[in-house]
Amino acid sequence: MRSPKLDALLSRYYTIIIFLIPALTIFTLFVVLPIGEAAYYSFFRWNGYGAPEKFVGFKNYEFLFKNRVFIMSLKNNFYIIAISLFVQLPFALLIALMISDKLRGAAFFRTVFFLPFILAEIVTALIWAYIYDGNYGLVAAIWGFFGAEAPFVLGDKDWALVAILIVIFWKFFGIHMMIYIAGLQAISKEVLEAAKVDGAGPITTAFRIKIPMLIPTIKLSVFLSLLGSLQLFDIIMPLTGGGPSNVTHSMVSYLYYFGVMRMKVGFGSAVGVVIFLICLFIAIGYQRTLMRDDNENKF
Amino acid sequence: MIMKTNFRTYYLYLLLFFLAGVIIIPLYVSVIGGFKHTGELRTNSLGLPINWKFENYTSLLANSDFWLFLWNSTVYAVGTTFFVVLFASMTAFVFAHVKFVANKFLYNYFLLGLMFPFATAILPLFLRVRDFGLLGTSWAVIIPQIAFGLGFSIILFRGFFRQMPKEIFEAAVCDGCSYTQFYFRFTLPLSTPILATVSVITLTGSWNNYLLPLIMINDESLYSWPMGIMVFRGEYFTDWGKILAYVSLTLVPAVVFFFALQKYIVAGLTGGAVKE
Repeated sequence: MRSPKLDALLSRYYTIIIFLIPALTIFTLFVVLPIGEAAYYSFFRWNGYGAPEKFVGFKNYEFLFKNRVFIMSLKNNFYIIAISLFVQLPFALLIALMISDKLRGAAFFRTVFFLPFILAEIVTALIWAYIYDGNYGLVAAIWGFFGAEAPFVLGDKDWALVAILIVIFWKFFGIHMMIYIAGLQAISKEVLEAAKVDGAGPITTAFRIKIPMLIPTIKLSVFLSLLGSLQLFDIIMPLTGGGPSNVTHSMVSYLYYFGVMRMKVGFGSAVGVVIFLICLFIAIGYQRTLMRDDNENKF
Repeated sequence: MIMKTNFRTYYLYLLLFFLAGVIIIPLYVSVIGGFKHTGELRTNSLGLPINWKFENYTSLLANSDFWLFLWNSTVYAVGTTFFVVLFASMTAFVFAHVKFVANKFLYNYFLLGLMFPFATAILPLFLRVRDFGLLGTSWAVIIPQIAFGLGFSIILFRGFFRQMPKEIFEAAVCDGCSYTQFYFRFTLPLSTPILATVSVITLTGSWNNYLLPLIMINDESLYSWPMGIMVFRGEYFTDWGKILAYVSLTLVPAVVFFFALQKYIVAGLTGGAVKE
Protein backbone atom coordinates (compact mmCIF):
# COMPACT_ATOMS: atom_id res chain seq x y z
CA MET A 1 0.00 0.00 0.00
CA ARG A 2 1.28 3.45 -0.90
CA SER A 3 1.46 6.08 1.75
CA PRO A 4 -0.45 9.35 1.18
CA LYS A 5 2.85 11.13 1.30
CA LEU A 6 4.22 9.15 -1.61
CA ASP A 7 1.01 9.80 -3.48
CA ALA A 8 1.43 13.52 -3.01
CA LEU A 9 5.00 13.32 -4.19
CA LEU A 10 4.06 11.36 -7.28
CA SER A 11 1.25 13.76 -7.99
CA ARG A 12 3.78 16.55 -7.79
CA TYR A 13 6.19 15.08 -10.32
CA TYR A 14 3.36 14.09 -12.57
CA THR A 15 2.06 17.66 -12.47
CA ILE A 16 5.45 19.19 -13.13
CA ILE A 17 5.97 17.03 -16.18
CA ILE A 18 2.53 17.26 -17.68
CA PHE A 19 2.17 20.98 -17.02
CA LEU A 20 5.58 22.04 -18.19
CA ILE A 21 6.12 19.90 -21.25
CA PRO A 22 3.95 21.71 -23.82
CA ALA A 23 5.34 25.16 -23.11
CA LEU A 24 8.93 23.97 -22.73
CA THR A 25 8.86 21.99 -25.96
CA ILE A 26 7.34 24.71 -28.10
CA PHE A 27 9.48 27.41 -26.55
CA THR A 28 12.69 25.44 -27.02
CA LEU A 29 11.93 24.32 -30.57
CA PHE A 30 10.61 27.61 -31.88
CA VAL A 31 12.37 30.30 -29.87
CA VAL A 32 15.60 29.12 -28.30
CA LEU A 33 16.89 26.74 -30.97
CA PRO A 34 16.22 29.10 -33.90
CA ILE A 35 18.27 31.77 -32.20
CA GLY A 36 21.15 29.32 -31.80
CA GLU A 37 20.73 28.13 -35.35
CA ALA A 38 20.84 31.69 -36.62
CA ALA A 39 24.25 32.07 -35.00
CA TYR A 40 25.42 28.82 -36.63
CA TYR A 41 24.02 29.51 -40.10
CA SER A 42 25.53 32.97 -40.12
CA PHE A 43 28.91 31.36 -40.82
CA PHE A 44 27.69 29.71 -44.00
CA ARG A 45 26.63 30.65 -47.46
CA TRP A 46 23.41 28.72 -47.75
CA ASN A 47 20.09 28.93 -49.57
CA GLY A 48 18.23 26.74 -47.09
CA TYR A 49 18.18 23.54 -49.12
CA GLY A 50 20.18 20.49 -48.18
CA ALA A 51 22.69 20.88 -45.37
CA PRO A 52 24.73 24.04 -44.91
CA GLU A 53 28.12 23.10 -46.37
CA LYS A 54 29.81 26.20 -47.64
CA PHE A 55 31.53 27.51 -44.54
CA VAL A 56 32.60 31.11 -45.01
CA GLY A 57 33.71 32.12 -41.52
CA PHE A 58 33.03 35.76 -40.79
CA LYS A 59 32.57 36.70 -44.46
CA ASN A 60 28.86 37.43 -44.04
CA TYR A 61 29.60 39.84 -41.21
CA GLU A 62 32.44 41.43 -43.12
CA PHE A 63 30.23 42.04 -46.10
CA LEU A 64 27.50 43.38 -43.83
CA PHE A 65 29.65 46.02 -42.22
CA LYS A 66 31.03 47.11 -45.57
CA ASN A 67 27.56 47.39 -47.03
CA ARG A 68 26.38 50.97 -47.38
CA VAL A 69 22.71 50.08 -47.12
CA PHE A 70 23.16 48.07 -43.94
CA ILE A 71 25.20 50.81 -42.29
CA MET A 72 22.43 53.19 -43.25
CA SER A 73 19.81 50.92 -41.70
CA LEU A 74 21.88 50.67 -38.54
CA LYS A 75 22.07 54.45 -38.41
CA ASN A 76 18.35 54.73 -39.00
CA ASN A 77 17.68 52.44 -36.07
CA PHE A 78 19.82 54.66 -33.90
CA TYR A 79 18.01 57.79 -35.08
CA ILE A 80 14.76 56.11 -34.17
CA ILE A 81 16.09 55.22 -30.74
CA ALA A 82 17.45 58.72 -30.19
CA ILE A 83 14.18 60.41 -31.13
CA SER A 84 12.20 57.95 -29.03
CA LEU A 85 14.34 58.40 -25.94
CA PHE A 86 15.03 62.11 -26.08
CA VAL A 87 11.88 63.50 -27.62
CA GLN A 88 9.06 61.01 -27.41
CA LEU A 89 9.49 59.78 -23.85
CA PRO A 90 9.99 63.20 -22.23
CA PHE A 91 6.97 64.45 -24.13
CA ALA A 92 4.90 61.46 -23.00
CA LEU A 93 6.02 62.11 -19.44
CA LEU A 94 5.03 65.76 -19.69
CA ILE A 95 1.56 64.87 -20.95
CA ALA A 96 1.19 62.18 -18.29
CA LEU A 97 2.01 64.70 -15.57
CA MET A 98 -0.47 67.14 -17.05
CA ILE A 99 -3.42 64.82 -17.26
CA SER A 100 -2.89 62.52 -14.31
CA ASP A 101 -4.14 65.19 -11.92
CA LYS A 102 -7.72 66.11 -11.40
CA LEU A 103 -7.89 67.78 -14.76
CA ARG A 104 -11.33 67.99 -16.29
CA GLY A 105 -11.55 65.77 -19.35
CA ALA A 106 -8.44 63.78 -18.39
CA ALA A 107 -10.13 60.48 -19.25
CA PHE A 108 -11.05 61.80 -22.68
CA PHE A 109 -7.52 62.94 -23.50
CA ARG A 110 -6.03 59.74 -22.16
CA THR A 111 -8.22 57.65 -24.43
CA VAL A 112 -7.59 59.80 -27.49
CA PHE A 113 -3.82 59.82 -27.03
CA PHE A 114 -3.79 56.08 -26.54
CA LEU A 115 -5.93 55.43 -29.61
CA PRO A 116 -3.11 55.21 -32.21
CA PHE A 117 -1.42 52.48 -30.23
CA ILE A 118 -4.28 50.05 -30.74
CA LEU A 119 -4.21 50.36 -34.52
CA ALA A 120 -2.24 47.80 -36.45
CA GLU A 121 1.11 49.24 -37.51
CA ILE A 122 0.29 48.43 -41.13
CA VAL A 123 -2.92 50.44 -40.89
CA THR A 124 -1.18 53.34 -39.19
CA ALA A 125 1.42 53.45 -41.91
CA LEU A 126 -1.18 53.30 -44.69
CA ILE A 127 -3.10 56.17 -43.15
CA TRP A 128 0.08 58.21 -43.08
CA ALA A 129 1.08 57.17 -46.57
CA TYR A 130 -2.17 58.83 -47.60
CA ILE A 131 -1.59 61.90 -45.44
CA TYR A 132 1.86 62.35 -46.98
CA ASP A 133 0.72 61.80 -50.57
CA GLY A 134 1.62 64.98 -52.42
CA ASN A 135 -1.39 64.71 -54.72
CA TYR A 136 -4.18 63.76 -52.37
CA GLY A 137 -3.25 63.88 -48.72
CA LEU A 138 -3.44 66.32 -45.90
CA VAL A 139 0.07 67.57 -46.59
CA ALA A 140 -1.06 68.39 -50.10
CA ALA A 141 -4.11 70.22 -48.76
CA ILE A 142 -2.05 72.28 -46.34
CA TRP A 143 0.49 73.20 -49.01
CA GLY A 144 -2.30 73.91 -51.46
CA PHE A 145 -3.88 76.27 -48.97
CA PHE A 146 -0.75 78.38 -49.10
CA GLY A 147 -0.71 78.09 -52.85
CA ALA A 148 2.41 75.95 -52.98
CA GLU A 149 3.16 72.76 -54.87
CA ALA A 150 3.13 69.95 -52.32
CA PRO A 151 6.28 67.87 -51.84
CA PHE A 152 6.30 64.08 -51.92
CA VAL A 153 7.99 63.66 -48.57
CA LEU A 154 8.16 59.87 -48.75
CA GLY A 155 9.97 60.04 -52.08
CA ASP A 156 12.46 62.59 -50.86
CA LYS A 157 15.77 61.22 -49.64
CA ASP A 158 16.18 63.98 -47.09
CA TRP A 159 12.68 63.90 -45.69
CA ALA A 160 11.51 60.29 -45.86
CA LEU A 161 13.11 59.29 -42.57
CA VAL A 162 11.75 62.37 -40.82
CA ALA A 163 8.31 61.43 -42.10
CA ILE A 164 8.71 57.93 -40.67
CA LEU A 165 9.88 59.32 -37.33
CA ILE A 166 6.75 61.48 -37.11
CA VAL A 167 4.57 58.40 -37.62
CA ILE A 168 6.46 56.51 -34.93
CA PHE A 169 6.01 59.40 -32.56
CA TRP A 170 2.30 59.63 -33.38
CA LYS A 171 1.72 55.95 -32.85
CA PHE A 172 3.76 55.21 -29.75
CA PHE A 173 3.78 58.22 -27.45
CA GLY A 174 0.37 57.19 -26.08
CA ILE A 175 1.53 53.87 -24.71
CA HIS A 176 4.41 55.51 -22.88
CA MET A 177 2.06 58.14 -21.51
CA MET A 178 -0.22 55.33 -20.28
CA ILE A 179 2.69 53.54 -18.60
CA TYR A 180 3.65 56.76 -16.82
CA ILE A 181 0.09 57.43 -15.73
CA ALA A 182 -0.09 53.95 -14.22
CA GLY A 183 3.17 54.65 -12.41
CA LEU A 184 1.93 58.02 -11.16
CA GLN A 185 -1.22 56.47 -9.81
CA ALA A 186 0.85 54.13 -7.71
CA ILE A 187 2.46 57.02 -5.84
CA SER A 188 0.85 57.20 -2.42
CA LYS A 189 -1.53 60.06 -1.79
CA GLU A 190 0.01 60.81 1.60
CA VAL A 191 3.36 61.69 0.10
CA LEU A 192 1.75 64.11 -2.31
CA GLU A 193 -0.39 65.67 0.37
CA ALA A 194 2.57 66.08 2.66
CA ALA A 195 4.36 67.90 -0.13
CA LYS A 196 1.36 70.15 -0.62
CA VAL A 197 1.24 70.96 3.08
CA ASP A 198 4.91 71.88 2.89
CA GLY A 199 4.00 74.36 0.17
CA ALA A 200 5.40 72.57 -2.87
CA GLY A 201 3.86 73.75 -6.13
CA PRO A 202 3.03 71.47 -9.04
CA ILE A 203 6.43 71.93 -10.70
CA THR A 204 8.42 71.27 -7.54
CA THR A 205 6.26 68.23 -6.83
CA ALA A 206 6.85 66.93 -10.33
CA PHE A 207 10.62 67.26 -10.19
CA ARG A 208 11.24 66.46 -6.56
CA ILE A 209 8.69 63.72 -5.92
CA LYS A 210 6.86 62.37 -8.93
CA ILE A 211 9.72 61.95 -11.39
CA PRO A 212 12.15 60.42 -8.85
CA MET A 213 9.46 57.97 -7.79
CA LEU A 214 8.77 57.14 -11.42
CA ILE A 215 12.33 56.02 -12.15
CA PRO A 216 11.48 52.28 -12.26
CA THR A 217 8.59 53.04 -14.59
CA ILE A 218 10.75 55.23 -16.79
CA LYS A 219 13.35 52.50 -17.00
CA LEU A 220 10.68 50.10 -18.17
CA SER A 221 9.42 52.44 -20.85
CA VAL A 222 12.98 53.11 -22.04
CA PHE A 223 13.54 49.38 -22.29
CA LEU A 224 10.34 48.78 -24.25
CA SER A 225 11.15 51.68 -26.50
CA LEU A 226 14.67 50.42 -27.21
CA LEU A 227 13.58 46.91 -28.06
CA GLY A 228 10.63 48.15 -30.09
CA SER A 229 12.79 50.58 -32.06
CA LEU A 230 15.30 47.87 -32.91
CA GLN A 231 12.59 45.62 -34.31
CA LEU A 232 10.76 48.18 -36.38
CA PHE A 233 9.43 46.75 -39.62
CA ASP A 234 5.68 47.02 -40.17
CA ILE A 235 5.64 50.83 -40.23
CA ILE A 236 8.39 51.06 -42.84
CA MET A 237 6.87 48.69 -45.38
CA PRO A 238 3.74 50.63 -46.42
CA LEU A 239 5.41 54.03 -46.09
CA THR A 240 8.63 53.66 -48.05
CA GLY A 241 9.49 49.95 -48.26
CA GLY A 242 13.03 51.06 -47.44
CA GLY A 243 13.21 53.52 -50.32
CA PRO A 244 13.95 55.92 -51.91
CA SER A 245 17.31 54.41 -52.93
CA ASN A 246 17.35 52.24 -49.79
CA VAL A 247 17.86 55.15 -47.41
CA THR A 248 15.03 54.34 -44.99
CA HIS A 249 15.61 50.69 -44.17
CA SER A 250 15.56 49.51 -40.61
CA MET A 251 17.71 46.51 -39.77
CA VAL A 252 14.67 44.25 -39.90
CA SER A 253 13.45 45.55 -43.26
CA TYR A 254 17.01 45.13 -44.51
CA LEU A 255 16.94 41.55 -43.26
CA TYR A 256 13.64 40.99 -45.02
CA TYR A 257 14.69 42.41 -48.39
CA PHE A 258 18.26 41.14 -48.57
CA GLY A 259 18.03 37.96 -46.51
CA VAL A 260 14.53 36.50 -46.60
CA MET A 261 13.36 37.54 -50.06
CA ARG A 262 16.55 36.24 -51.66
CA MET A 263 16.59 33.19 -49.40
CA LYS A 264 20.13 33.95 -48.28
CA VAL A 265 19.88 32.07 -45.02
CA GLY A 266 23.46 32.60 -43.92
CA PHE A 267 23.63 36.27 -44.73
CA GLY A 268 20.16 37.00 -43.30
CA SER A 269 21.05 35.14 -40.12
CA ALA A 270 24.12 37.33 -39.74
CA VAL A 271 21.85 40.37 -39.82
CA GLY A 272 19.63 38.68 -37.24
CA VAL A 273 22.59 37.98 -35.01
CA VAL A 274 23.66 41.63 -35.11
CA ILE A 275 20.14 42.65 -34.03
CA PHE A 276 20.24 40.02 -31.31
CA LEU A 277 23.61 41.18 -29.98
CA ILE A 278 22.42 44.77 -29.75
CA CYS A 279 19.30 43.64 -27.88
CA LEU A 280 21.40 41.44 -25.61
CA PHE A 281 23.74 44.30 -24.86
CA ILE A 282 20.81 46.48 -23.85
CA ALA A 283 19.13 43.72 -21.88
CA ILE A 284 22.25 43.00 -19.85
CA GLY A 285 22.30 46.63 -18.87
CA TYR A 286 18.75 46.23 -17.72
CA GLN A 287 19.01 42.86 -16.09
CA ARG A 288 18.92 44.19 -12.60
CA THR A 289 15.90 46.33 -13.21
CA LEU A 290 13.80 43.79 -15.00
CA MET A 291 14.74 40.43 -13.67
CA ARG A 292 14.83 41.28 -10.03
CA ASP A 293 12.20 39.42 -8.14
CA ASP A 294 11.33 40.86 -4.77
CA ASN A 295 9.59 37.85 -3.25
CA GLU A 296 12.33 35.44 -4.11
CA ASN A 297 11.48 32.58 -1.80
CA LYS A 298 7.83 33.01 -1.15
CA PHE A 299 5.68 30.22 -2.48
CA MET B 1 -2.85 84.36 -8.57
CA ILE B 2 -6.21 83.20 -9.83
CA MET B 3 -5.56 84.95 -13.12
CA LYS B 4 -2.26 83.13 -13.40
CA THR B 5 -3.81 79.72 -12.75
CA ASN B 6 -6.53 80.35 -15.30
CA PHE B 7 -3.96 81.40 -17.80
CA ARG B 8 -1.99 78.27 -17.26
CA THR B 9 -5.05 76.07 -17.58
CA TYR B 10 -5.95 77.87 -20.76
CA TYR B 11 -2.60 77.05 -22.39
CA LEU B 12 -2.76 73.53 -21.06
CA TYR B 13 -6.10 72.92 -22.74
CA LEU B 14 -4.90 74.60 -25.89
CA LEU B 15 -1.99 72.15 -26.06
CA LEU B 16 -4.14 69.14 -25.22
CA PHE B 17 -6.80 69.95 -27.79
CA PHE B 18 -4.18 70.63 -30.42
CA LEU B 19 -2.63 67.25 -29.71
CA ALA B 20 -6.02 65.54 -29.77
CA GLY B 21 -6.56 67.13 -33.17
CA VAL B 22 -3.24 65.77 -34.43
CA ILE B 23 -4.36 62.31 -33.36
CA ILE B 24 -7.95 62.43 -34.57
CA ILE B 25 -7.70 64.30 -37.87
CA PRO B 26 -5.66 61.61 -39.69
CA LEU B 27 -8.18 59.00 -38.56
CA TYR B 28 -11.09 61.19 -39.58
CA VAL B 29 -9.74 62.01 -43.05
CA SER B 30 -9.14 58.30 -43.64
CA VAL B 31 -12.63 57.17 -42.78
CA ILE B 32 -14.20 60.05 -44.66
CA GLY B 33 -11.79 59.63 -47.57
CA GLY B 34 -13.25 56.21 -48.29
CA PHE B 35 -16.51 57.95 -49.21
CA LYS B 36 -14.96 60.31 -51.73
CA HIS B 37 -14.44 60.22 -55.48
CA THR B 38 -10.85 60.44 -56.60
CA GLY B 39 -11.30 63.94 -57.92
CA GLU B 40 -12.70 65.10 -54.64
CA LEU B 41 -9.87 63.51 -52.68
CA ARG B 42 -7.59 65.82 -54.60
CA THR B 43 -9.50 69.01 -53.95
CA ASN B 44 -11.27 68.42 -50.68
CA SER B 45 -9.39 66.18 -48.28
CA LEU B 46 -10.60 67.73 -45.04
CA GLY B 47 -14.30 68.42 -45.53
CA LEU B 48 -17.22 66.05 -45.73
CA PRO B 49 -17.76 64.54 -49.18
CA ILE B 50 -19.95 66.60 -51.48
CA ASN B 51 -21.06 63.53 -53.40
CA TRP B 52 -21.03 60.58 -51.09
CA LYS B 53 -19.61 57.50 -52.78
CA PHE B 54 -20.50 54.27 -51.06
CA GLU B 55 -19.09 51.96 -53.67
CA ASN B 56 -15.62 51.69 -52.11
CA TYR B 57 -17.13 50.27 -48.98
CA THR B 58 -19.88 48.17 -50.54
CA SER B 59 -17.57 46.56 -53.10
CA LEU B 60 -15.20 45.57 -50.30
CA LEU B 61 -18.00 44.13 -48.20
CA ALA B 62 -19.05 42.08 -51.20
CA ASN B 63 -15.49 40.94 -51.84
CA SER B 64 -15.06 37.33 -50.76
CA ASP B 65 -11.27 37.71 -50.36
CA PHE B 66 -11.79 40.46 -47.83
CA TRP B 67 -13.86 38.13 -45.68
CA LEU B 68 -11.52 35.22 -46.26
CA PHE B 69 -8.53 37.21 -44.99
CA LEU B 70 -10.46 38.35 -41.94
CA TRP B 71 -11.46 34.76 -41.30
CA ASN B 72 -7.85 33.55 -41.61
CA SER B 73 -6.69 36.19 -39.15
CA THR B 74 -9.45 35.12 -36.79
CA VAL B 75 -8.27 31.51 -36.97
CA TYR B 76 -4.67 32.56 -36.28
CA ALA B 77 -5.67 34.82 -33.40
CA VAL B 78 -8.08 32.42 -31.71
CA GLY B 79 -5.80 29.42 -32.17
CA THR B 80 -2.79 31.27 -30.81
CA THR B 81 -4.69 32.70 -27.87
CA PHE B 82 -6.22 29.39 -26.84
CA PHE B 83 -2.87 27.64 -26.64
CA VAL B 84 -0.95 30.54 -25.14
CA VAL B 85 -3.51 30.87 -22.35
CA LEU B 86 -3.58 27.13 -21.69
CA PHE B 87 0.16 26.43 -21.82
CA ALA B 88 1.31 29.64 -20.16
CA SER B 89 -1.15 29.31 -17.28
CA MET B 90 -0.19 25.67 -16.71
CA THR B 91 3.48 26.56 -16.67
CA ALA B 92 2.97 29.57 -14.43
CA PHE B 93 0.87 27.44 -12.07
CA VAL B 94 3.79 25.08 -11.55
CA PHE B 95 6.17 28.00 -11.04
CA ALA B 96 3.83 29.60 -8.52
CA HIS B 97 2.68 26.59 -6.52
CA VAL B 98 4.96 23.59 -6.91
CA LYS B 99 8.31 23.49 -5.20
CA PHE B 100 11.03 21.72 -7.12
CA VAL B 101 14.71 22.09 -7.74
CA ALA B 102 14.74 23.62 -11.20
CA ASN B 103 11.80 25.97 -10.60
CA LYS B 104 13.74 29.21 -10.60
CA PHE B 105 16.04 28.08 -13.36
CA LEU B 106 13.21 27.17 -15.73
CA TYR B 107 11.39 30.38 -14.98
CA ASN B 108 14.48 32.35 -15.95
CA TYR B 109 14.78 30.24 -19.07
CA PHE B 110 11.41 31.54 -20.22
CA LEU B 111 12.27 35.08 -19.14
CA LEU B 112 15.38 34.94 -21.26
CA GLY B 113 13.21 34.38 -24.28
CA LEU B 114 11.68 37.81 -23.79
CA MET B 115 14.77 39.51 -25.05
CA PHE B 116 15.16 37.29 -28.10
CA PRO B 117 14.15 39.47 -31.00
CA PHE B 118 11.75 37.72 -33.30
CA ALA B 119 13.63 38.97 -36.36
CA THR B 120 16.75 37.01 -35.42
CA ALA B 121 14.81 33.77 -35.49
CA ILE B 122 12.79 34.22 -38.67
CA LEU B 123 15.00 32.38 -41.15
CA PRO B 124 15.69 29.33 -38.94
CA LEU B 125 12.06 29.44 -37.86
CA PHE B 126 10.94 29.31 -41.46
CA LEU B 127 13.21 26.33 -42.12
CA ARG B 128 11.94 24.50 -39.04
CA VAL B 129 8.30 25.08 -40.00
CA ARG B 130 9.11 23.90 -43.53
CA ASP B 131 10.95 20.81 -42.32
CA PHE B 132 8.07 19.92 -40.02
CA GLY B 133 5.83 20.03 -43.06
CA LEU B 134 3.66 22.80 -41.64
CA LEU B 135 3.97 25.24 -44.56
CA GLY B 136 0.64 25.76 -46.25
CA THR B 137 -1.28 25.22 -43.01
CA SER B 138 -2.49 27.62 -40.33
CA TRP B 139 -0.07 26.03 -37.87
CA ALA B 140 2.81 27.73 -39.69
CA VAL B 141 1.59 30.98 -38.17
CA ILE B 142 -0.01 29.71 -34.98
CA ILE B 143 2.84 27.66 -33.53
CA PRO B 144 5.58 30.32 -33.77
CA GLN B 145 3.15 32.87 -32.36
CA ILE B 146 2.45 30.60 -29.40
CA ALA B 147 6.17 30.15 -28.86
CA PHE B 148 6.89 33.87 -28.84
CA GLY B 149 3.80 34.66 -26.76
CA LEU B 150 4.65 32.34 -23.88
CA GLY B 151 7.31 34.34 -22.05
CA PHE B 152 5.37 37.47 -21.23
CA SER B 153 2.17 35.55 -20.52
CA ILE B 154 3.94 33.29 -18.04
CA ILE B 155 5.20 36.34 -16.16
CA LEU B 156 1.72 37.82 -15.96
CA PHE B 157 0.10 34.55 -14.86
CA ARG B 158 2.77 33.74 -12.30
CA GLY B 159 2.48 37.17 -10.73
CA PHE B 160 -1.26 36.76 -10.41
CA PHE B 161 -1.21 33.20 -9.10
CA ARG B 162 1.26 34.10 -6.39
CA GLN B 163 -1.02 36.79 -5.08
CA MET B 164 -3.90 34.41 -4.62
CA PRO B 165 -4.49 33.57 -0.92
CA LYS B 166 -2.42 30.55 0.03
CA GLU B 167 -5.09 29.29 2.43
CA ILE B 168 -7.27 28.05 -0.40
CA PHE B 169 -4.42 26.02 -1.77
CA GLU B 170 -3.50 24.48 1.58
CA ALA B 171 -7.09 23.67 2.44
CA ALA B 172 -7.64 22.05 -0.94
CA VAL B 173 -4.49 19.94 -0.69
CA CYS B 174 -5.55 18.78 2.78
CA ASP B 175 -8.87 17.69 1.35
CA GLY B 176 -6.99 15.39 -0.99
CA CYS B 177 -7.17 17.62 -4.00
CA SER B 178 -4.41 16.96 -6.51
CA TYR B 179 -2.51 19.74 -8.22
CA THR B 180 -4.32 19.10 -11.45
CA GLN B 181 -7.72 19.22 -9.82
CA PHE B 182 -6.75 22.36 -7.97
CA TYR B 183 -5.63 24.03 -11.18
CA PHE B 184 -8.89 23.33 -12.95
CA ARG B 185 -11.29 23.79 -10.05
CA PHE B 186 -9.81 26.76 -8.25
CA THR B 187 -6.98 28.49 -10.02
CA LEU B 188 -8.59 28.98 -13.42
CA PRO B 189 -12.06 30.03 -12.22
CA LEU B 190 -10.50 32.52 -9.80
CA SER B 191 -8.24 34.04 -12.46
CA THR B 192 -10.66 35.66 -14.87
CA PRO B 193 -9.01 39.11 -14.79
CA ILE B 194 -5.60 37.78 -15.78
CA LEU B 195 -7.09 35.32 -18.27
CA ALA B 196 -8.82 38.26 -19.91
CA THR B 197 -5.66 40.36 -19.93
CA VAL B 198 -3.48 37.68 -21.47
CA SER B 199 -6.18 36.79 -24.00
CA VAL B 200 -6.64 40.36 -25.10
CA ILE B 201 -2.90 40.97 -25.49
CA THR B 202 -2.35 37.75 -27.41
CA LEU B 203 -5.40 38.26 -29.56
CA THR B 204 -4.44 41.78 -30.63
CA GLY B 205 -0.80 40.84 -31.08
CA SER B 206 -1.75 38.04 -33.44
CA TRP B 207 -4.46 40.03 -35.20
CA ASN B 208 -2.02 42.81 -36.07
CA ASN B 209 0.99 40.63 -36.82
CA TYR B 210 2.39 41.24 -40.27
CA LEU B 211 5.96 39.97 -40.44
CA LEU B 212 5.37 36.36 -39.41
CA PRO B 213 2.51 35.54 -41.81
CA LEU B 214 4.43 37.39 -44.51
CA ILE B 215 7.32 34.95 -44.09
CA MET B 216 5.29 31.80 -43.54
CA ILE B 217 2.35 32.13 -45.90
CA ASN B 218 2.68 31.81 -49.67
CA ASP B 219 -0.73 30.50 -50.45
CA GLU B 220 -3.16 33.37 -51.04
CA SER B 221 -6.04 31.43 -49.53
CA LEU B 222 -4.23 31.62 -46.17
CA TYR B 223 -3.36 35.34 -46.22
CA SER B 224 -4.00 37.33 -43.07
CA TRP B 225 -5.77 40.66 -43.39
CA PRO B 226 -2.61 42.79 -43.03
CA MET B 227 -1.18 40.86 -45.99
CA GLY B 228 -4.44 41.33 -47.83
CA ILE B 229 -4.41 45.07 -47.28
CA MET B 230 -0.86 45.28 -48.62
CA VAL B 231 -1.80 43.32 -51.73
CA PHE B 232 -4.75 45.64 -52.16
CA ARG B 233 -2.43 48.62 -51.85
CA GLY B 234 -0.24 47.13 -54.55
CA GLU B 235 -3.22 46.72 -56.87
CA TYR B 236 -4.81 50.15 -56.40
CA PHE B 237 -1.67 52.10 -55.78
CA THR B 238 -3.03 55.63 -55.77
CA ASP B 239 -6.71 54.85 -55.77
CA TRP B 240 -6.85 56.10 -52.21
CA GLY B 241 -10.63 55.91 -51.91
CA LYS B 242 -10.50 52.12 -52.14
CA ILE B 243 -7.50 51.77 -49.84
CA LEU B 244 -8.94 54.12 -47.24
CA ALA B 245 -12.19 52.17 -47.25
CA TYR B 246 -10.23 49.00 -46.51
CA VAL B 247 -8.28 50.79 -43.79
CA SER B 248 -11.46 52.13 -42.22
CA LEU B 249 -13.21 48.78 -42.22
CA THR B 250 -10.38 47.31 -40.16
CA LEU B 251 -10.05 50.41 -38.02
CA VAL B 252 -13.60 50.47 -36.77
CA PRO B 253 -13.62 46.98 -35.19
CA ALA B 254 -10.25 47.71 -33.57
CA VAL B 255 -11.60 50.86 -31.97
CA VAL B 256 -14.79 49.15 -30.78
CA PHE B 257 -12.78 46.25 -29.39
CA PHE B 258 -10.50 48.67 -27.60
CA PHE B 259 -13.33 50.58 -25.94
CA ALA B 260 -14.97 47.38 -24.82
CA LEU B 261 -11.81 45.92 -23.32
CA GLN B 262 -9.74 49.00 -22.52
CA LYS B 263 -9.39 47.99 -18.89
CA TYR B 264 -7.68 44.69 -19.69
CA ILE B 265 -5.45 46.09 -22.41
CA VAL B 266 -4.07 48.79 -20.18
CA ALA B 267 -3.75 46.44 -17.22
CA GLY B 268 -1.77 44.03 -19.34
CA LEU B 269 0.54 46.62 -20.78
CA THR B 270 1.29 48.37 -17.56
CA GLY B 271 0.40 45.99 -14.72
CA GLY B 272 2.92 43.39 -15.74
CA ALA B 273 5.84 45.48 -14.73
CA VAL B 274 4.87 48.61 -12.86
CA LYS B 275 4.70 46.98 -9.50
CA GLU B 276 7.49 48.44 -7.49
